[in-house]
Amino acid sequence: MNKYRIKAFGITKDLLGGRETFIEIEGHTVGHLRAALNERYPQLLGLRSLFIAVNNDYADENIQLNDADEIALIPPVSGG
Amino acid sequence: MNHENIQFSKEELARYNRHIIIKEFGLDAQKKLKAAKVLVIGSGGLGSPVLLYLAAAGVGTIGIVDFDVVDDSNLQRQVLFGVHDVGKSKAEAARQRLQSLNPFINIEVHNVQFTSKNALELIKKYDVVADGTDNFPTRYLVNDACVLLNKPNVYASIFQFEGQVSVFNYRNSKGELGPNYRDLYATPPPPGLVPSCAEGGVLGVLPGIIGSLQALEVIKVITGVGEILSGRFYIFDALNFESRTFNLKRNPNNPLNGVNPTIKELIDYEEFCSVKTVERAIKEISVKELYDWQVRGEDFQLIDVREPHEYDIVNLGAELIPLGVVSKHAEKIDRTKKVVIHCKTGGRSAKAIRELEDKFGFTNLYNLKAGIFGWIDEVDPELTKY
Repeated sequence: MNKYRIKAFGITKDLLGGRETFIEIEGHTVGHLRAALNERYPQLLGLRSLFIAVNNDYADENIQLNDADEIALIPPVSGG
Repeated sequence: MNHENIQFSKEELARYNRHIIIKEFGLDAQKKLKAAKVLVIGSGGLGSPVLLYLAAAGVGTIGIVDFDVVDDSNLQRQVLFGVHDVGKSKAEAARQRLQSLNPFINIEVHNVQFTSKNALELIKKYDVVADGTDNFPTRYLVNDACVLLNKPNVYASIFQFEGQVSVFNYRNSKGELGPNYRDLYATPPPPGLVPSCAEGGVLGVLPGIIGSLQALEVIKVITGVGEILSGRFYIFDALNFESRTFNLKRNPNNPLNGVNPTIKELIDYEEFCSVKTVERAIKEISVKELYDWQVRGEDFQLIDVREPHEYDIVNLGAELIPLGVVSKHAEKIDRTKKVVIHCKTGGRSAKAIRELEDKFGFTNLYNLKAGIFGWIDEVDPELTKY
């Protein structure tokens, strides 16, 4: 199992129950992480679009994660 | 924009003196501002500071697109307007305010709804677009129209205590094109999931901060001064006073300008962002029908899924079960008669109904279309809006 630190923005703060949370998953790519998050927090899947950044860089699904990485979940917001 | 031949009067030179004396800015950048045409879409929370600062800075031509009218609930954050503007067209009220702030610029009022039909026509006369709209369909529309017309889109968006800023579709001096909104968010979230300012609220000073940053990037795009926020995405969290800048990149699968573009013209954005494709329909009732039910004494249960503080402001005498705890209190919901569920405008109550149907198999739930606000508009205007 690999443990990662997740920083939540916007509506994901409510869905994950706080600004920062830790998650343990089997895999080690952004794709694995996304799947695990969707399983644990089914409402995330409902967002349909969620931008994930690793160490402040936009991250594709195949990006490898390391233990010390900081992962950010950035959902769309529309207010003006 | 050709700025070489731009001239300034003595009064203008005095007015823009604090710009002109900055070494990195100078008269040349001021000329570029005067030559520039900027279209500001939405003159609300973000549009207010954007318009005020662009007008003050001396942007020569500013277009305003807004078809809304000023409402009392706008004044908490939309600093363009005053009490005397309530009920007036926003675009027109904005023009008057901006023209009194700076009589040396042209203000062009577009008191129309921004739609797929007029978007290209409206944008094409301008050099830069600032998106200060308040809903997903319009955000995708602004993005797509800017990509199709090759215009930079200075984007900002807010939610409660958080703001986002980026410059999309910007071509730098080397000719390299930056990312756009669809590189980040290929598909919109379903309606109702991400609350708007009207549903989720917003701290009034936040659009002031974020809209000022948006104005800053418009000025940088026009003048070429500094490093433009293209390929980067800024987030400000007012609660923790924390800000982050994320690095973006273009996505080869972008349907607009990726490797295999599939969108070659503007589409129907309401449909694109609509609930139809992902969620099944739920039963609905209009405020008029609800009123009829009450008048003829129909037996039904009325449930309000808003928060207690909203209930305290105004309510229809319904049983209060906030959305967050609706599953916990499912036993309070009657299965033997019709149940009408309402919230402020109909978004949260739709979520509550889907949740209750999915988890507990209810079949007797009706969503009050337009919520308590619809009720106030059509049945009882004496009640308080918030």
